[in-house]
Amino acid sequence: MIRAFGYNEFLFLLSAVQWTLMLSVIAFVGGGIVGLFVALGRTADVKPVRWLANGYIQIFQGTPLLMQLFLVFFGATVIGIDMSPWVAAAVGLTLNTSAFLGEIWRGCIQSVPRGQWEAASSLGLRYPGLMRYVILPQAVKVAVPPTVGYLVQVIKGTSLAAIIGFVELTRAGQIVNNATFQPFLVFSIVAAIYFALCWPLSLLSQRLEARYAAPSR
Amino acid sequence: MTYDFQFDAVFASWDYLLDGAWLTVRLSFGAMAIGLAVAIVCALGKTSGPKPVRWLINAYIEVIRNTPFLVQIFLIFFGLPSIGLRLSPDVAALIAMVVNVGAYATEIIRAGIESIHKGQIEAGLALGLRPLQVFRYVVLKPALRTVYPALTSQFILLMLSSSVVSAISADELTSVANNIQSQTFRSFEIYIVVTGIYLVLALMFSALFAGIYRLAFAYTVDRR
Repeated sequence: MIRAFGYNEFLFLLSAVQWTLMLSVIAFVGGGIVGLFVALGRTADVKPVRWLANGYIQIFQGTPLLMQLFLVFFGATVIGIDMSPWVAAAVGLTLNTSAFLGEIWRGCIQSVPRGQWEAASSLGLRYPGLMRYVILPQAVKVAVPPTVGYLVQVIKGTSLAAIIGFVELTRAGQIVNNATFQPFLVFSIVAAIYFALCWPLSLLSQRLEARYAAPSR
Repeated sequence: MTYDFQFDAVFASWDYLLDGAWLTVRLSFGAMAIGLAVAIVCALGKTSGPKPVRWLINAYIEVIRNTPFLVQIFLIFFGLPSIGLRLSPDVAALIAMVVNVGAYATEIIRAGIESIHKGQIEAGLALGLRPLQVFRYVVLKPALRTVYPALTSQFILLMLSSSVVSAISADELTSVANNIQSQTFRSFEIYIVVTGIYLVLALMFSALFAGIYRLAFAYTVDRR
């Protein structure tokens, strides 16, 4: 039986937004934590560490996010863990986000002038203190706009969790479409909801970029 | 670890995988070429078109950049038939990729065009070049050179994101992998091999783009 698209269907879509948001927050926070280490590894003095971080970034940036999700999802069964699509999506998106944030933040760390590193180390600061008190506070300022901008990519990326069967906004859209058979309407609404989530972040990122860029030029 | 890896199933369908990879490559290059043309026109419209045109192009860019590619594909493949436009999965995939990359590339090329100093354009006009010639030789080519790295990494991202079109069963690499997976149930083996193929494709694309840069923009190499 074909149902009409009504208030209930719309509410179903809206309630699926919480899963999209939850997945985005997990990927962003988890990816941020791992990404910080990737960025530090990428800028480390020890060559093998740099290579390792670089390889990590290259692999995640050189393969499709969808494949990464598939590999986590099916790879878990290989090592004997029965993983739900929800956990697989969270792990896959976290790893992917960490590689991209790591590369973005590497640029930010390296944008801190060399003299700052030299001054800090000549004052006797070791690596942890040098990073914690001198380099990272300056790098964070540069990092905020692109990081907010990347949050948009994370939110959009969560839509791929639909393909491995996790019910977030896009999958909810497919389900509603299968029941109502009004694809144009349903997916337009889904797109509009994503737009409502992402556009403010895009605008914020642009505004932050303009604000931080102005005084230094 | 007790899992028994069986790659035979994957390599038994090697030809099929290569067919899929070939379609991925063709889709990507098709979308790049058409998307680049779309982007140049839109970037020109955005930098020097009348206000309504600029507004329209802006809306296009913002809508595409702030919605997921997967939803765009669903809208084109499932949505368009409801207004009477029926597309095969491959064509729908190509259109979705063009529409998507067009928006990103427009922003990139616009940035390039805006980096051209006004004096350059005035100098071009003063030398007697027609406006279209000024755009072609004085604005577009240096602009493309400036944004070339950003543009080509966008193209590689496009190739990678083409795996998403498997959701509408276009016969590209990921779809082929899904088909083999559903026949053999060797999921992990298939997907690790296909991930490897994507990585190789990405490396090949970036080598190719580096080669094209040397051929197309060689005159600038010693100036930097």
